[in-house]
Amino acid sequence: MQDQFEFTPKLQRLTYILMGIGLLALIFGIVNLFGAEGEEAHHLANARLWSNLLINTFFFFAIALIGTFFLAIQYAAEAAWATTLKRIMEAISSFVPVGGVLLIIIFLAGTFHLHHLYHWMDPDLYDPASPHYDEIIAGKQGYLNQPFFWARTLLYLGVWTFFTMRFRKRSLEADALDPSDTSLHFKNVRDAAIFLVFFGYSSSTASWDWIMSIDTHWFSTLFGWYVFSGMWISGMVMIAMFVIYLQSIGKLPEINKSHLQDIGKWIFAISFLWTYLFFSQFMLIWYSNIPEETTYFIARISEYPYIYWGMMIINFVLPMLFLMDRDNKRNKKIVVVFGIIIFMGHWVDTYMLVTPGTMKEHGYIGFFEIGLALGFLGLFLNFVLRSLASRPLLVKNHPYLEESLHHEIH
Amino acid sequence: MAEGLKIYGLYNDDDILKQGAQALVDKGIKISDVYSPFPVHGIENIIGMKWTRIAITAFMYGLTGLALALLGMWYFMIMDWPMNIGGKPSFDFYQNLPAFIPITFEFTVLCAAHGMAITYMVRNWTFPGVEAKNPHPRTTDDHFAIEITPSENKKFSSDEIFSLLKDSGTVETFEK
Repeated sequence: MQDQFEFTPKLQRLTYILMGIGLLALIFGIVNLFGAEGEEAHHLANARLWSNLLINTFFFFAIALIGTFFLAIQYAAEAAWATTLKRIMEAISSFVPVGGVLLIIIFLAGTFHLHHLYHWMDPDLYDPASPHYDEIIAGKQGYLNQPFFWARTLLYLGVWTFFTMRFRKRSLEADALDPSDTSLHFKNVRDAAIFLVFFGYSSSTASWDWIMSIDTHWFSTLFGWYVFSGMWISGMVMIAMFVIYLQSIGKLPEINKSHLQDIGKWIFAISFLWTYLFFSQFMLIWYSNIPEETTYFIARISEYPYIYWGMMIINFVLPMLFLMDRDNKRNKKIVVVFGIIIFMGHWVDTYMLVTPGTMKEHGYIGFFEIGLALGFLGLFLNFVLRSLASRPLLVKNHPYLEESLHHEIH
Repeated sequence: MAEGLKIYGLYNDDDILKQGAQALVDKGIKISDVYSPFPVHGIENIIGMKWTRIAITAFMYGLTGLALALLGMWYFMIMDWPMNIGGKPSFDFYQNLPAFIPITFEFTVLCAAHGMAITYMVRNWTFPGVEAKNPHPRTTDDHFAIEITPSENKKFSSDEIFSLLKDSGTVETFEK
């Protein structure tokens, strides 16, 4: 069966092995936490454990969210080419509810002071009588307070999950419809437009709430787009990897070289969007040279120069040199190699968003960090592959299916 | 038949043009060019056109722009008249590099785009003031022309080419 993916026991074992490595890393982190002597070492081990949980949860949750987002773009733009990829995007988006629950657990731990990633959750900061009173953070209380934070978080997660489930459900319903019935398709177009408007605002504010508030004193209005563009590349790479994997086991022969080239173009183009946003944020802060803004980059560039600039080179120079050429984008081996490198580059980018804020100069990428990332990858793949196997790989009766099958670009 | 003239077949539909071109190529005729009022997708593969190398020129023009912009700003802002950039009077090229990036980017794009456009026009000899060289005025309106150079098709006589063209669905054939 070419249009049905099977989640074989061998693949399941692979995801369980990855999850096993993650579990080992997690145990290692917890043992580290209880073995830490002295208040400072304990605090650091705690920050390391929860930072990495947040980094990986956010990273894979964001990839899943990009599945929904990219699907919504195709609907809203009434784009035909990606119809053959639709089931892959749906499968990736099926991780949204799982990632959402994991994020809630991490934020709950913050609310109950199990970790101190979010410095602003400390009530002493807002009390003028307390020795820890922080005038700057107290000034932000109108936005950064726990009830409002939770209301926002639950709103984002709720609305995103609602649309994700809705697109997924309707996709199966549409398979059973008469081919001439486009009513469901146009309902999807309308919903996609609503989702995109909400996503446009909420992706920015969510990254302020969940990531930027770690560096509580610092602020940047561009931050949301920067985080969003980074997660978009990771999501596109994930789609490309699924396409190439499925084709390597003989599935989805409907996807041709033109589809592959278009996915490659997206990876290439968004790498530039990401670099553009990185540099726009960096240059304005560098130019104006205001201490309260430059602290963010000093914490990254002086403490983690190799990681930070290495990640910049991987995420900007490699796609520019190797994904610009048309023949390279059509070459599966090149897309796989550079896709995986860029994917790791953006994981490091996410690491750099969180760690310098929570662990100051003490962060490093060791067994725990890599093991936990592999564990989350296993968890993500387990859910996504399971959901990929639960429905046919190609949609039926989609009004643009025929056009997508004949997709040809030069 | 006069020497050095080219043979043209005129079609009135792009699908007939593609079928006709395919039939001619299958018979072993080399088609030198096709004139059309709009892009006919797939025709380039049928007549075996070479892949464009304009992307390579664009990359080279871009590199030229990049180098020129960096060299220029190093000379203007650091070497010839050291500037205090953003309140950081380091007078050092590397340390002031972030300030030079936007202009470097813009100049790279400028050089790549203009270089590419000018190369295209010179290579096709189609810049303003050049006389149009389409074989028939209606190829800019609603007709499509196939161009066959007899010297590239030594195996066929001109009469054979004409008869093959007529069989392929042309509305008119002529020599020019």
